[in-house]
This record gives sequence, C-alpha cells and structure tokens, in this order.
Amino acid sequence: MTIPVAMTVNGKPVSGKVEARTLLVQFLREHLGMTGTHVGCDTSQCGACVVHVDGKSVKSCTILAVQAEGAKVTTIEGLAESAEKLHPMQEAFRENHALQCGFCTPGMVMSAIDMVKRHNYQLDEATVRRELEGNLCRCTGYHNIVKAILAAAPAMKSAGV
Amino acid sequence: MTAQTGIGARVKRKEDQRFLTGTGRYVDDLPLARATYAHFLRSPHAHAKIKSIDTSAAAKMPGVVAIFTGKDTADAKVGGLICGWVVKDKHGQPHKAPPHPVMALDTVRYVGDTVAMVVANSHDEAKDAAEAIKVDYEMLPANVDLATALDKGAPQIHAEAPGNLIYDWELGVKADVDAAFAKAAHVTKLDLVNNRLIPNAMEPRAAAAEYDKGTGNYTLWSTSQNPHVLRLILSAFVLGIPEHKLRVIAPDVGGGFGSKIFCYNEETMVTWAASRVGRPIKWTAERSESFQTDAHGRDHVTHAELALDKDGKFLGLKVETIANMGAYLSTFSTAVPTYLYATLLAGQYTTPVIYANVKAALTNTAPVDAYRGAGRPEATFVIESIVSKAAKELKMDPAELRRKNFIPANAFPYQTPVALQYDSGNYPPIIDEAIKIADYKGFEARRAEAKSRGKLRGIGFSSYIEACGLGPSRVIGQLGGGVGQWESAELRFNPTGNVQILTGAHSHGQSHETTFAQVVSDKLGVPIENIEVVHGDTATTPFGMGSYGSRSLAVGGSAIVKAADKIIAKGKKIAAHLMEASVADVVFEGGTFKVAGTDKAVPLGQAVFAAYVPHNYPLEELEPGMDENAFYDPSNFVYPAGTQICEVEVDPDTGEVEIVNFTAVDDFGNIVNPMIVEGQVHGGIVQGVGQALLENAVYDKETGQLVSGSYMDYTMPRADDVPSFKLGNKVTPCPHNPLGVKGCGEAGAIAAPAAVMNAVHDALAPVGVSHVPMPATPLNVWQAIHGARPAAE
Repeated sequence: MTIPVAMTVNGKPVSGKVEARTLLVQFLREHLGMTGTHVGCDTSQCGACVVHVDGKSVKSCTILAVQAEGAKVTTIEGLAESAEKLHPMQEAFRENHALQCGFCTPGMVMSAIDMVKRHNYQLDEATVRRELEGNLCRCTGYHNIVKAILAAAPAMKSAGV
Repeated sequence: MTAQTGIGARVKRKEDQRFLTGTGRYVDDLPLARATYAHFLRSPHAHAKIKSIDTSAAAKMPGVVAIFTGKDTADAKVGGLICGWVVKDKHGQPHKAPPHPVMALDTVRYVGDTVAMVVANSHDEAKDAAEAIKVDYEMLPANVDLATALDKGAPQIHAEAPGNLIYDWELGVKADVDAAFAKAAHVTKLDLVNNRLIPNAMEPRAAAAEYDKGTGNYTLWSTSQNPHVLRLILSAFVLGIPEHKLRVIAPDVGGGFGSKIFCYNEETMVTWAASRVGRPIKWTAERSESFQTDAHGRDHVTHAELALDKDGKFLGLKVETIANMGAYLSTFSTAVPTYLYATLLAGQYTTPVIYANVKAALTNTAPVDAYRGAGRPEATFVIESIVSKAAKELKMDPAELRRKNFIPANAFPYQTPVALQYDSGNYPPIIDEAIKIADYKGFEARRAEAKSRGKLRGIGFSSYIEACGLGPSRVIGQLGGGVGQWESAELRFNPTGNVQILTGAHSHGQSHETTFAQVVSDKLGVPIENIEVVHGDTATTPFGMGSYGSRSLAVGGSAIVKAADKIIAKGKKIAAHLMEASVADVVFEGGTFKVAGTDKAVPLGQAVFAAYVPHNYPLEELEPGMDENAFYDPSNFVYPAGTQICEVEVDPDTGEVEIVNFTAVDDFGNIVNPMIVEGQVHGGIVQGVGQALLENAVYDKETGQLVSGSYMDYTMPRADDVPSFKLGNKVTPCPHNPLGVKGCGEAGAIAAPAAVMNAVHDALAPVGVSHVPMPATPLNVWQAIHGARPAAE
C-alpha cells in the first residue's frame, strides 16, 4: 500500500507515492534522485543525512517521508545561490579544508548552519564541539570543521543568511 | 605563474566543489536503470554447521528476483577469496591457508558470515525476503578469545589449520638477544593488549554491477581503494571473468582507512549474480553490516622485554605476539603482524639486537586485516610504551631516554637489525621542536595546578617511525607479497593545451585531485585549472596498485614526475624544430621552451598544439601527439618519523580522561600541500586517540556475538572528545624519490595511542597505578585507580 506525499524541497514542490515505512532520506535519494544527502548508519548517530525541515536541522533517517508532508525541506543541493556563489558555510568548509572524503560533509554543513543560527551567530570552540555531538567524521579529526564553523558564523551574519 | 599552485602551496582543493554542493557520486548514488537490490542473510552464530537452508517461502515473497546460497556458487565453481601474501613460518613453511568461500558452504565461522543473497526489486523487499529464509544450524563451540585461541583443546575452526595456528613466525636471532639480556643492568617487561578496532569509514561499503549480454562485459562499481587490484583478484582467482571483460570503477569513495583494500564476498557475489539475474544489482551495507563484516584492525596480545645498560642505552628487545586473523584470512592479513609490524620494532632507536616471535591465530570473529597504519601502530605502541615504562622504572626523563637512544643523524642510511634500511632522518630536532611547542618545561607547574583542582595531570611521548610508500616490488616479492608495488601515471595533453593526469592511485579523501595537479602545475607550468586528475576506473586509467600504506604521492607522485620529464623531453625536440635550434640548446623554464642567450621561446602549449596538428613538425624523427606514461618502482620504502606529546587530565572520581594538549611534529620530507598534510595528521591523531580512549571491538567470549555492533555501542571519537592540535614539522627530504617526499596518511594513527596511554600512565603513577588497559575508558581507569580488576582484560 502506498501513501501520497507532497512537500517543498529546495523551493520546488515535489510529490510521490511512498510506503508508510519510507524514510525522508529514502524519499529524497530514491524517489527524487537527490543523492547529496547521505546515509552513514542505521541508528541515527552519524548525522550524514541531516537536512533542514521547516528551518530546523533534522536527521532525515529519523523521520518518515509522510511526516514531512507539507514541509519545506532544504538539502545540501539547495544551499548555494549558484555554482560560483556558495553559502558562507560551504565556503568556510572549503577555505578551512574541513572535508576530506566528503561523505559526512552534507550533514556537517546542514547541522553547522542550524547551529550558528541557534546561537545567534556567536559561537566558541567548546560550544561548536559540544554541538557537533550528532555528526561523525572519520577523516578530519574535527579540527578544521570546528575552525570552519567558527569562521562561518560572522560570515553568515554579515551575509544575512 | 604557478608559484601559488605549485609544490609547497596551500592550494584549496579541486574536489571540494562537488562534495560541498551534494553532487559527489558515491556508489550508492548511481542511477542504474532496471536495477535490482541485494541483501545478504548473515550468520547469527559464531560457529555452526548449516544443516539445511530452505528458501522456498522467501522465493515467493513480493519483488523477489533470485536467491543464491553457497550451493549455487559451489555448483558454478566460483573460486574462494584469496590471501595474497604468503608468509613463511620459522621452519620455512608457507602459512596455513584455509578456504574462504564467497558464500558459506556447510559451516559458518563468525557472526556476519554470508549465508544467502536475496535479489529483489527493492532493498526493503530483499530484506523482507531474507527474513523468510529458514536456516537449520547445529551449534558448534566458538573460539573467540585471542588469548586462549591457540590453547590445546580450543575449538577448531578450519581443518586446514590444526590448533588454529596460521603461522609461528620469527624475525631476528633469539640467541643474540638472550646474550644481550644476560649483560643487562635493567630489564623492563610489558604485557599489553592492542585493542581490536572497526575501521568505520563514513561511507559504508557498497557494490553495484551490471552485465552487458551483447558484449559479455561486466562493470562493477565498488567502494575500492584499488580497483585494478580488485579486478585482478576477481579475474585471476575468484570469478574467472577475463580482466579485459571486467571493468571496475571506484568513483567517489567515502573514506577507506584500509578496510576498502580487500576483495570481499559481497562485491564478488553482486558481480557474479548480475549476469544470472540479467539486470543490474546494487548493494550497500547497512552500518551494522559494516561493523560485522568490514575487516577489523589491530587485535594483538603481546609480551615485550627491553634490556638496558646502566646508562640507559638499549641493548636488546624481545617481543612475543599473538595476532588475531579472525575466521578467514583477508586479502593482506598475513603480512600485517609480520612484515608491517616486526620490521618496525627498532623504532627511532639504535637497539642493536631484536627478536620477534609472532603467532597468527584463527578465531570465530570477523577477518582482521590492514587498518590505518597496519602493523606499524602496533609496533609503535609496543616500543613507545616500553620505553616510557623503562624511563619511569629508571627515574629518567622520558625525552632524555629517547634522545640517548636515537639513531644519530650521521648514521643514515641506517641498517636496523629487523631488515629495514632507513633512508634518511634526523630525530633530535623533532623532539626538541615538540617539547618547545608543548611547553614541556612548564608541565610540572601545570600538574601542580591541576592537582589543586583534584585532577591528575600526565604527559606522554611517542616517537614513531614508519616504513610506508609501499614499496620496492623486488623486496615485496622476496617477502611473499603476491603483487608488484610500483605505481603508474599518464599525462595526456589535449590539443588545446589542458592536461589529464591518469593515475593508478585512488583518492578516497586524500586529495589527489589537488596534490597531483600541483605537482604537474609545478613541473610543467600549466595553470592548475587546466589540469584534471582521472582515477578509479580500470577502463580509463593505466593498471595501478591503488592507495594504502601512505604510498600515493611517494610512489604515484613519482610516476607523475617521470611522465612529466618525458613530456619535457619530447617538447624540447618539438620546440627545437620550431625554433630551428639544436635540442641541446633548448631549456624548459616556467612552462616555456627557450634557447639560452636568445629571445626565442615556445610555450609548452604551442609545442602540444604542434604535436597534435603536425604541419610543421619533425615527423621523420618524432611521433605526433603529447601523451606520456610512466611506471615507477621505488628503490626503498620511505620513512616518515615524528614525536607526539599528549597531555591529559584524569578525574580520579569518574575515571574520565580529558586530552588537554596535543602536539605533533612530523618529518614527511618535502611537502606539496601543507594544508592537506595537516588535515591528514589531524584525522590520523583522532583515530589513534579513538583507539587509546574510546574504541573497542568486543565479542562476547562465550557466544561470539559482536557486542559493540553499532554507533550506540562502539564509541567513535566525536568533536568534543578531542582538542585542537598543535602541529610542527621538520624536513629531511627522501633521498630516493624525485619529489623528496615521505608518506603522511598514517602517521597520526601510528603514534597517538602510545602518546595518550603514556600520558594516562604518567597521570596515574602518583596514585600507584602502573597499568591501564587500552582503551582507557572511564571504567578501566576508575577500576585501575580503585584496585579492581580492569574490565577489558
């Protein structure tokens, strides 16, 4: 039995028919072909699948597609204004070499943006490290991710995003 | 023109754009028309006979396309998986090589062993159907505990390996070492367990395959660190598909750390079944499958003894190790605790005689193979732990004891007593720099201040050496390795002057697309935006050995330099023709061919164009085109070295260890991109810290169940488990490769466990604790402090 579902993803209305058990991340990857959002575990620990649902960071492996009915979803594919103009967080990750294999990166970037906003663009190292609790990276040792997020916070503020 | 993009520049990475915008292409991202999905039914038991498998109900489940079991692969004469490194035991006999079927035949030997493969129209349907397969198991006693795996009466795992012994191997002359110990003023003894780790690349292993009926060609997309080697194994040993009919593509791969070197059951089965199903098949491991079936790392039980004279000079080292192989021998498993371990036991020191005895044991656990550092972290942990322990026993400064025994700078090339000849190095300035950065002098004041807050503060050193840049093929062959260890490169210029670097190395996070481009930009003066690195596809790149053992730049980069030299040599001939000059008078500077003392000049791009449009070209003497390849076989390994200093604070009430300072000073030879190298060091350190404080693969000793089988049970390092790091570097260029580079990928993970554990032991010495098992979890530390038996031993 399938259930119709409709939502807005990166500003575009989308719809599909899913099983009740279909996760939001499966809907994005398998139904919409939006493979920028990754799956790195099966226990909602790694954070590679983080997207924004109605402006808040959510692990898209933790909610069902039908729970996002009518929601505004933003994924890593929807962040940059253009290929030339990345979101300040994406730019900070590049500038600070905050990614290596790139697999955790989409979730890291999405979590980091939400983190900066929740802390009103003011963060210190200890806060960033504590807030990254839900995102695992095996390559970078977090050093440059922390640097990137600290650099992105004022950049996001001045860019008004 | 290329100063900002050449060797030594902090060039931002070319690969980042796609990874930052969600447009990377990992195996699971591939859209394959009419794809089916595989799910593997795995053994829930550590050791059992398979009495029967009933797939009849599963076959009728919705969406099921096919189900395969060991009987199907046996009937089709699918070969077993191989171990590609023959280690000869101390009697000169090759190691025991029990069969490793791609699907279990009549016995399962670890939790996660492959029992059946279900192919269905969706992954969920395949998984649902797998649950409907009925397997009748007859339980057998499991052999799980490494410390007793070789004991008489331990359950036997393979008939081909009596007593579960794969080999009893030795290096060095025991009598010489015994003689040295007889003269010792002091002997330090150490028993340790090098805890078992699960690699946990963030991208789970995945495979997708399709078969083209018209051509008979197979294509396998795999999360491989070495697609050519994978194809070679599948073709020559396992599936028998000729190499030219099998294309292996490793696209973007999300980390490997060794675990994606090996040839596994699943990619084999997906390829084999693709032609039988007649549709593409995709498989991606769930994380719990990764925990159960990725080759694990480390897992040694070791006794070591160090003999010292009255002044603290090392006289000899004895090491006895039991190394866990798991239930089957993985692709390079046999080499890890022998040639990648015992040959490193000299460390940075002049220890004149060393004897190592290694017994490799089978257990009912997942196969164990190379994991970041592979043997070298285990060796470093032995040496650096026992040296620090000796310093404590002799009441010597740990830095001073190290300095006293360092190989002096004027002794290189230095022949160690354990086979390796170190090519270059200068260790004292490294430890001096580390001591300066870490403010070692101020430590006692910090310790006193911590004590006033109720905290126990400690400091630990780890001075590592590694042999990497694998490796000289002749040596590898003499030691039993089944492959060459050269690397390939091709520089393919296009008529408009841009260039593709085709490499046999593979990047799964190491940043080759940037580093290799910098090398070519530097050598040929080509703007970096006009350079593209192509890797990971057997159809488009020359045969190459892939990436592991910190070899990509030292070996692969050297092949690129050789190819660039050929481009310059050919370009000189073309330019000489165009300038009507003698080839001998042509020089190449900054991307332009010139005739010295004249204003004649031909930019490389013009020579390239002339080579492809050879209207004014010496066709009688020179072939058209500008496309040169090279193979580079190194004459020795490379020997990065460094010192890490870790400072911790222990809360004696909770047993919690906090890393408050961490310094690493490395000598990687010349550095192409410092930003990328620092990133490699950061990541390596955290994997080493993970081993020291957090990570532990635990099997239940009775049932063989993997207790630490998810991220809720296996403690991965998170951002708040580690501090920011202080790095420094010193340079002694490698004398035998054209870039003067050494490897940097594994160093952090090799050195860090000893640095952290030495700091923990230093912190706990004032309360009378001399040994904490690794990982130094709050439980283990608390129990060590409070006198209870540590949980992990």
